Amino acid sequence: MRILGVPADEIVRLTLDHIYLAGLPLLIGLLLAIPLGWLALRRAWLYGPLIASTGLLYTIPSLALFILLPGILGTRILDPVNVVVAMTLYTIALLARTVADGLSSVPETVRQAATAMGFSTVRRLLRVELPLAVPVIAAGLRVAAVSNVSIVSVAALVGVQQLGILFTEGFNRNAIGPIMVGVVACLFLALLFDAIILTVTRLLTPWQRAVAT
Amino acid sequence: MIGPVVQWLTDPANWEGDRGIIAQTLAHLEYSFVALLLAALVAVPLGLYIGHTGRGRVVVVSTAGGFRAIPSLGVLFIAVLLLLPRLSGDAAFEVPSLIVLFILAIPPILSGVYSGVQQVDPGARDAAKGMGMTGSQVLFGVELPCALPLIFSGMRSAMLQIIATATIAAIVGLGGLGRYLIDGQATQDYAEMAGGALLVAALALGVDFVFGLVQRLTVSPGLATSD
Repeated sequence: MRILGVPADEIVRLTLDHIYLAGLPLLIGLLLAIPLGWLALRRAWLYGPLIASTGLLYTIPSLALFILLPGILGTRILDPVNVVVAMTLYTIALLARTVADGLSSVPETVRQAATAMGFSTVRRLLRVELPLAVPVIAAGLRVAAVSNVSIVSVAALVGVQQLGILFTEGFNRNAIGPIMVGVVACLFLALLFDAIILTVTRLLTPWQRAVAT
Repeated sequence: MIGPVVQWLTDPANWEGDRGIIAQTLAHLEYSFVALLLAALVAVPLGLYIGHTGRGRVVVVSTAGGFRAIPSLGVLFIAVLLLLPRLSGDAAFEVPSLIVLFILAIPPILSGVYSGVQQVDPGARDAAKGMGMTGSQVLFGVELPCALPLIFSGMRSAMLQIIATATIAAIVGLGGLGRYLIDGQATQDYAEMAGGALLVAALALGVDFVFGLVQRLTVSPGLATSD
C-alpha cells in the first residue's frame, strides 16, 4: 500500500525512528533536569548561571548542533546518537528552569509540614514537592515534546533516518506528496506526545480533578 | 578534529570575497532582519489589539502552540516546490525562504505581545483610566511599556527561530552561513561544516546578546525585576 507515493511500511518505519529520536531525549532530559532544577533552587547562587547556560544552549541552531556534536563526541555524522544527545540538551535547556520554577511554586508551609512529619530531604522531594510541581513541569514538557518532534526532522539534512527523510526525498524528486505525508505524520506525532503527557499529568494529579468538578 | 576546523576558520581566503564568511554573515543577518521586521509589522499591531481588547484571544492561544509543531524543513520545501515554477533567478530561492521565515516568526511575536499586554497589572490600567487617559493613551503609555519584557522575549525567540531556519534554507539555495554547512556536507568537508556551524552558533548568540542589551536599555528599570 502506498500513501501519496510513499510505501506504508516506510512511513511506519520512519515514524518509529522519529518517536525514538524525539521521545527518548524527552525522558532522559526530564530525568536530568529534575536534579539540576532542584540543585538550582537549593543553592541560590546556581540559579543564575544555570538559567544563563541552558538559555545559551537553546540559542544554538539545531543543524549547527547536529554537525558539531560528532566532532565533540567522536561519533560519525550519520550516527543517530548525535540527534539523541542534541535533543536531550535542548530538553534539559527547556526543562531545568521549568523544574526550578515548579518546585519553587510549592508553598513553604507544605514544605515545613512535610519536614515536621519527619520526611527526609530526598523523600520530601519525591513524595511532596515533585508531585505538587507536576502541572508546571508538565506544561514545560509539552512545549519540549512538540518542539522536539519538529526539530528532529531537520536531522534529515545530515542523513539521519526519521520522518524528515520524506522531506528531502520529496524535494529531490520534485514531489509534494511525500513532504505532505511527512508534515502530517509530524503533526500527528506532536499531538500524540501531547495527549500522552496530558493523560499522565491527569493520572498524577487527581486532586486537580477534585477541585475542577 | 579541531585542527582542520581552526585552520578553516583562520584562513583569510575563507573570509574574503562575495562567497566569504563576512559576505555570508551579512547576507544571513539581512534575510533574518527583513523577515523579523515584516513579521513584527503584522504581529505587533495584532498582538496589541488582541491584548488590549481581549478579542480573538482563543485563536492566539491555540495557534501559537500548534505552530511550534510544524516542521520548518517540510514547509520550506513545500513553499519552494510551489513557488519555484513561478519565479526566476535568485528570487526563486529567496522569496519562498523569506515567506517561510516570515510565517514562522509571527506566532512567537504575537504571543509575546499579546501575553505582555494581557498580564499588565489591572490596577495600573484602572489608575491610568481613572487619570482620564484615553484608550490609546493607556495602550501606548501604560500597557506597551509594561509589556516590553515579554514583547522582547517573543522577538528574541522569533529571531532565533529565523536564524536557525535561514541556516536550513541553504539546502534550497539561500545564501548565508548555512551555505558552509550544506556545501561542506556535499563535498564531505567536515572542517567547513563544523566551521560554518560554529559561525552560525556565534551569530545566534551574538544577535540574542544584542537584543538583550537593547532590552536592558529600553525596559523601564521599575520592571526589570519582573523579567
